[in-house]
Amino acid sequence: MKQPIKELNPKFLESTQNKEHLINYLLGVADNYLILGQRLGELCGHGPNLEPDIALTNISLDMLGQVRSFYQYIAQLRGDKSTEDDIAFLRKEREYKNVLLLEQPNTDFGYVIVRQFFFDVYNKMFLNALQQSADETLRALAFKGIKEASYHERFSGDWLKRLGDGTEESRSRVQEAVNDLWIYTDELFQTTTADDAMIEAGVAPDMSAFRDTYYEKVKELLTIATLDIPEVAYFQKGGKEGLHSEHMGFILTEMQYMQRAYPDSKW
Amino acid sequence: MSEAEIKSLEAQFDAKIARDEKIEPKDWMPEKYRKTHIRQISQHAHSEIVGMLPEGNWITRAPSFRRKVALLAKVQDEAGHGLYLYSACETLGITREQMYEDLHSGKAKYSSIFNYPTMTWADMGAIGWLVDGAAIINQVPLCSTSFGPYARAMVRVCKEESFHQRQGYEIMLSLCNGTEEQKEMAQDALNRWWWPSLMMLGPTDAASTHTEQSMKWKLKRKTNDELRQQFIDQTVPQAELLGLTIPDADLKWNDGKGSYDFGEINWDEFWQVVKGHGPMNKKRLDDRRNAWENGAWVREAASAYAAKQKDRKKEIAKAV
Ligand SMILES: [Fe+2]
Ligand SMILES: [Fe+2]
Ligand SMILES: [Fe+2]
Repeated sequence: MKQPIKELNPKFLESTQNKEHLINYLLGVADNYLILGQRLGELCGHGPNLEPDIALTNISLDMLGQVRSFYQYIAQLRGDKSTEDDIAFLRKEREYKNVLLLEQPNTDFGYVIVRQFFFDVYNKMFLNALQQSADETLRALAFKGIKEASYHERFSGDWLKRLGDGTEESRSRVQEAVNDLWIYTDELFQTTTADDAMIEAGVAPDMSAFRDTYYEKVKELLTIATLDIPEVAYFQKGGKEGLHSEHMGFILTEMQYMQRAYPDSKW
Repeated sequence: MSEAEIKSLEAQFDAKIARDEKIEPKDWMPEKYRKTHIRQISQHAHSEIVGMLPEGNWITRAPSFRRKVALLAKVQDEAGHGLYLYSACETLGITREQMYEDLHSGKAKYSSIFNYPTMTWADMGAIGWLVDGAAIINQVPLCSTSFGPYARAMVRVCKEESFHQRQGYEIMLSLCNGTEEQKEMAQDALNRWWWPSLMMLGPTDAASTHTEQSMKWKLKRKTNDELRQQFIDQTVPQAELLGLTIPDADLKWNDGKGSYDFGEINWDEFWQVVKGHGPMNKKRLDDRRNAWENGAWVREAASAYAAKQKDRKKEIAKAV
């Protein structure tokens, strides 16, 4: 269903509102990478073995690489003196737009893998679709990120199979993670006003079109991993609108510590 | 084997090392050589992975993207070093699991430097500059050590360690070019890491036990005191360039010997930390043990899954 890419009207960004929407849309995308990268960074040196430790650090590095490109683009759009670091480290809780899923803690390796898998399946579809964006910069970023996103999905999917179809203990642990994190998956497909405006403009892919495929893929792998598919009546959302869990303040406290304690310093 | 036969094997073995040929895992080697190498290489591997902890402590708080990414990559390099070294050691007939057990039980040692806390961001600079710096001085000679797998692992490791050292120095440089507070932070880190870094080069020659044997097997080329002198002579001008003061009132250039004189090292502190009573010994070992114990179910799952996959493949092969 690939449609020919329509280029963005060069006048599009002359409208303050369009620019505002684009920036907010980009924050929604980029903050996911930031918070997941930060969460994975907590694990470095504490993995169940050296190989997965190294692999998770790699994913963290990929996330941080990705987010920097997005923040640099935002800084460029803003046209003021703000830098990637200001955007990452100097906002307040309500200004971060990551989904709730990614701020969930590293309860155990099972939670880490399930959180990663739920995001990776989405992220790969997202970057694939973003390659059709009307915005040239975003097309390039999507193209750059897709290869590593596929690798991440394979990594987390493989581990999900090992944990699900491993021992009794691992199955019950990872099942619990699946049950707990499932309620956060739907938010990946929620849109904000900014998102809607960017979908309308052809800048953002309409991810709601991928919702069914997403759940098919996830359920297929859960089944292969001999895991049960949770049935829930209600999903959680809010992160994209800046309504976060209680974890968020602590993530930011740690992440922003240096920038807050030593304002205007160069590192 | 008769005693005479062993003597002749040993003579051939010594001659081989003297000719600068490598000893490979399949070659005959004296039991003492094997044991010494298992001890040293595993200790080195443990140092790499325990060494991930003090710096890992700052990943989530790194002050900028550039620094966060560089620090993550550095700590990940150390994991890679651990991996090469454990593999090199495994060729001597010990498993990684056994080595971990020895680490966790306290039987195997790791570099004492990692038993100091990383209190401030400047510690990331000081560790890269001084600790990786001292490690390089210790390790460069090992690139041509007699045991092949160890020598080859060290070639890769040393390249990355030089990069770490430059990166650490660069962190210090940014701090020293920064605000008053940042400069103080840098000086404080140097004050805390200087003496422990000197201790990293090992006890004085007078107190060192295995030097002669190690020289013969090319596990050592220079004595601890020579290495320490080399480290000091190389580092003092770097500190001057940063505008920092080495915390040693007795440090003075000695024209006659063409190197620095320096003050007395507190060997009581050295032995205290080596024997397990440094500020962070317990925390470091607890962290390693916890990571290993909390990961047990994950490793068990992976091997159970691999075994099932193997059985399934067999069944498919039978059915075809
Ligand atoms: Fe090392
Ligand atoms: Fe290393
Ligand atoms: Fe290093």
